[in-house]
This record gives sequence, C-alpha cells and structure tokens, in this order.
Amino acid sequence: MTDMEQLIEPVIPGLRRYANALVRDPAEADDLVQDCLERAVARWGQRRADNDTRSWLYAILHNLAVNRWRKLSRRGVMAPIDTVDPRSLSVAPAQEHGLDRADVLRALDSLPDEYRSVILLVTVEGLPYAEAARVLGVPLGTVMSRLSRGRARLAAALAEGAPVKSHLRRVK
Amino acid sequence: MTADRPIGEDELHAFLDGALEEGRHAAVRRYLDAHPEEQARLAAYRRQGEALREALAPFADQALPAELSLKTLAERRRKALAGRHRFAAAVAILCIGGLSGWFGRAAVAPPARGIDALGREAVDNYTVYASDTLRPVELASDQRATLTRWVSERLDAPVQAPDLQGAGYGFLGGRLVTTPNGPAALFVYDGTFGDRLTVMVRPMEIDRNSPMSERSYGMLDGVTWSKNGLGFSVVAPRASTDLLPVAEDVRRQASFS
Repeated sequence: MTDMEQLIEPVIPGLRRYANALVRDPAEADDLVQDCLERAVARWGQRRADNDTRSWLYAILHNLAVNRWRKLSRRGVMAPIDTVDPRSLSVAPAQEHGLDRADVLRALDSLPDEYRSVILLVTVEGLPYAEAARVLGVPLGTVMSRLSRGRARLAAALAEGAPVKSHLRRVK
Repeated sequence: MTADRPIGEDELHAFLDGALEEGRHAAVRRYLDAHPEEQARLAAYRRQGEALREALAPFADQALPAELSLKTLAERRRKALAGRHRFAAAVAILCIGGLSGWFGRAAVAPPARGIDALGREAVDNYTVYASDTLRPVELASDQRATLTRWVSERLDAPVQAPDLQGAGYGFLGGRLVTTPNGPAALFVYDGTFGDRLTVMVRPMEIDRNSPMSERSYGMLDGVTWSKNGLGFSVVAPRASTDLLPVAEDVRRQASFS
C-alpha cells in the first residue's frame, strides 16, 4: 500500500458521510466523493503536508459540492424535498433522546449552507475548529460565529417541530 | 488569572466539542451551574449533535463501491494521462494548421480587432503557453502581487488573476503576451488531470461590451466576452470541463476588482 493510499483511505468513510449530508442523494454523493478522490490522486504532490491530508480532502469535496450547487441553482434544477427518493430519507427514530433522525436531518436541511457545513464538519466529522476553517477557507472567528448561530437555528428548527416547509432541495 | 475571565460563547462551544483550553473547565462548569438556561441550551446542542451523528452514521459504515477504491482510481489516472499525451500531440498538429491559416489571412487583411479576434488570440496563446511543460508562466502564483502590478500597468487597467480554486483549477501564474491588438495578460491554471485552462484579458477598442459567447476552435473551447472596454477569454480543451460556469466565475470576480 502506498503512502497516498494509507493517508487517504481512512478519510473516505467520513467524506461519504459529509457528501451524503450535503446533497442527500446517495448516488450523487458518491459521484462527488469519486470526483474528490480523483482530484486528490491527481494532485497528491500539491498538498501542503501529510498531517493536512484530512482537511485537504474535505476542502476539495466541499468546493466540489459548492460548485455543483451553483451550477444546479443557475440551471434551476431544483425539486422540493418531497420528491426526493423517500428511501434516502427514511431513517429509524432514535427514541432514547427523543429526537427523530429524520427530523434532525430535515431541520439541518432548513439551514443555510454555510451553517450546515460548519455544524457537520465540527459535530459529525469531528474536525478541530482550525481544520474546519481551512476546509471552508474562512477565518477561525467565522467558524465560531457560524457554529454559534447555526446551532441556535438548528435548535429553534427542532423546537418548532422541524416544520416541513417548502425548503427547496437540490437533486440531480 | 484565566479563571477570572468571563465565559464567552466560543468557550461554551469549545466545552461541548472537547476543545476547551486547559484550566477553564472548572470555570465553565461554575458558570453553567449558575445559569440553568445556558445549561439547558448546551444540553439541547449536545442532543442535536448526537442525533445528527446517529442519523448520518450509516453513510460512513456502508461498504465502499469499486468506484471509490483508490487503487482503481489511481490506475484509471495512469491510463488517462497516457491518453492526454496523445491528445496534446493532436492539439499541437491542429494548431500548426490553425496558425498558418491565421498568418495567411493576416497577409491579405488588416488584423481583426473585435471579440472574435480576441477569442482567436486567446486560443493561439493557449496553444503556445498552456502546453509548455517547462515554463508555462513568467511569474508563478507566489508572485501574484507583482504579476497584478505588471499586467495592470501594461494594460493600463486594473487586471488581476481570478481565483478558480472553487472550480477545481489551481493558479499556476501568468505573463504578458502579445496579440495583433497589443499586449494582453494571460493567466494559466492547472486542472485535475494536468489539463490546463487559461484566462486572457486585453483592452478592447471595439466590441467594448459584448455578451458571453462560447465557441469551439478545433479541440479547444473558448468563452469570450467584454465589459467596460476589457475583453476576457477563457480557454480549455474540449470537454475537459463545463467552461461556462468557470467563465461566469471569472466574470463575477472581475466585476469586483
């Protein structure tokens, strides 16, 4: 196994999780991850250092996702969340803490993209603040303020019973 | 000393995320004990984090499909690169044809000045510089400021290299190039498979405000437009990327500078 494989492979499950959380269409998410890995392989020599591999990979993935949103929103290919394949949304309720998994994902989807990505990177992917800042290309202070506002908005959305409002989701 | 500092919002999040500075835990706990509403807020944040992790965990646990195997991807890249070399040779041959046609035309007609000419010039400069493996640029990306000063002075207009990282193109650098209509700035970018993309900018005497248009030139595609007397042309190999969004990105950035 090469160095490259050794450093990239452990990150792939997290990249898939992040991609799925952002685009919420399993096929499209895997396309994004594949695109990300292709670029990573092609530019292996351009990354800054080995200990940066994780944030470097997440940054490539994040930029690809943002790029795809821009492209899709410009072409107007958007669909309401209700048309998304229900299988991609059906997750069992997690009763032990009273928050339904589908509810929490729907509430997350109701947030603006910049809050969603910070919450996901910090809370779900477990990136330190400084790494999240590198991934998003913003200063540390911006990560902190987005995290604070994002968590508050997510809590508010959940408290309202995660209203299934007409938030538009991007699907392919 | 540090224990006396008031507790900030950032510290509450750091507490939650296990990133709190050593020696501040006791102070944060005291604060939370004294402020039950804050404690409830953090508890809600903790619950929403747990719910998110649980809801998304299955995506990290599923078996990797073959398309996401690094071995497969690395192998495919080797094949793709071998293909690119053949492709580059084809572009070179094509350009010899294209250039001789161009010079033949120059002998009988004055140089064209408008937006079509700009697109053609950008393609010519692409073939000469972007395919250069030894020295595609005069000033590399680490001399961006010098490059900006240089080309802005020569073009007598504020011109700087757009950042196309978001579109997957890393900035290599740039140079001043020549066209039948005077100097132009050429910025060179590196794409995923070592494919190059260029952005060329020059002042326009006519067609000073032209809408964006896409044209193909043999195996290269170009998107050309002008605004307020500055002409832009983005060139890349056919089908290596969707060029319009990249051009939109360039136009957006240019309107801010």
